[in-house]
Amino acid sequence: MAKKTVVETTLNGETVEFLCEPRECLLEVLRDELELTGSKEGCLTGDCGACTVIVDGRSACSCLMLAVEAQGKKIETIEGLAGPNGLHVLQQKFLEHAALQCGICTPGFLMSAKALLDRNPSPTEPEIRYALAGNLCRCTGYDKIVRAVTDAAKTLASGARAA
Amino acid sequence: MHAINYENPTTVDHAVKLMAAHGEKARALSGGSDLIIQMRAGVRRPAYVVDLKNIPELRKISFSLQHGLRLGAAVPAIELHENADMRRYYPGLTEAAHLIGSLQIQSRASVGGNLCNGSPAADTIPALIAVGAKCRVVGPKGERIVAVEDFCTAPGRTVLQPDELLVEFQIPGPAPHSSDAYQRFIPRNEMDIAVVGVGAAITLDLADDRCTAARIALAAVGPTPIFAKEASATLIGKKLDAATIEKAAQAAIAASSPIDDMRGTAEFRRHIVGVLTKRVVTVAAERARVSSSR
Repeated sequence: MAKKTVVETTLNGETVEFLCEPRECLLEVLRDELELTGSKEGCLTGDCGACTVIVDGRSACSCLMLAVEAQGKKIETIEGLAGPNGLHVLQQKFLEHAALQCGICTPGFLMSAKALLDRNPSPTEPEIRYALAGNLCRCTGYDKIVRAVTDAAKTLASGARAA
Repeated sequence: MHAINYENPTTVDHAVKLMAAHGEKARALSGGSDLIIQMRAGVRRPAYVVDLKNIPELRKISFSLQHGLRLGAAVPAIELHENADMRRYYPGLTEAAHLIGSLQIQSRASVGGNLCNGSPAADTIPALIAVGAKCRVVGPKGERIVAVEDFCTAPGRTVLQPDELLVEFQIPGPAPHSSDAYQRFIPRNEMDIAVVGVGAAITLDLADDRCTAARIALAAVGPTPIFAKEASATLIGKKLDAATIEKAAQAAIAASSPIDDMRGTAEFRRHIVGVLTKRVVTVAAERARVSSSR
């Protein structure tokens, strides 16, 4: 019934075109069409945050966006976090602080944390916890994640390059 | 999800024509944080999804002290929090929107969608009722204005006809020394659906510290959000001392009709209605005292 649509979007800084049905969500297209499998499917109801990407500077659940809605938007996924010189400071701190175990929630947490630090470079602990409230972790108990984000904020505030 | 046709109008006229043409087969898409879940679950199966987010009129926040607030129906919840006028003049409505889900949800979900989804537990609805918000509804036969407290008719049901759209909220400018507040009870810290939500707006005459206007509204304790008229009336003309606020709390409890469900018992919810009513009336009054809107 519904014809496929061509969508043009900016993905991790590059112009990307893809074909999709209107009923496909952005998460499906990222994973199945564009083979960017870093964003994870955890719930498909916007509760777990494993699919978190950044859309026009704000974190969003890619499972709750139709892929066609990406038209003209600026999308950042986990695949774009590391830079040419290596891991993003956030990723580095997650490793140093053991802020992951199975890692399935980690891309979502990193994107939420990046969205936070891009807007609020010196968040308090309550602000960090609130910003990460939409991301669930079954392994770590969150403590090390919060420490990692706190440390990353401090490092970035001291002038280190992000990635 | 079933196959859908995606429409992307850029004017209200075009959107209304689409809704009128497809009627029950169309559903408006704002943030999508309710509709996409419903479509995936097969609860709603519109053939046509009409995206409202590229209609400028529905994405505007325009405020002036004289004319008040016009809040586009498709403005994402997070934009209320990001807007200095919203935080200053409508802190209750703003904090209600900032409690919806998570930041990921707030970047997409809209206050208009929160109302049109018609959940009795919706966080922004008591806050909208408290500030006297009215809905501008547009259909093929013209426009009508509906008070927010009259919008929801049953769980998940509203007065919106299949060929109509909610375009914007119209909210009066804040009177001098008035403010609002919203609080809810949830078992966790974030993300939950309200077990009880209470919004209040208070106007004070600072000369004798008496309340001259009050509106109290409740979420999650009835089949629709509730405008607690008698509770609101108990405050008017009075100094907001502990005894007066307690009377309002008791009247708010009397206005509620909660049920036992997995989120809480009716008895617990009635108790929390009283607790939250006292808190939001107190906070709104404190904000009203320090507000310098004129």
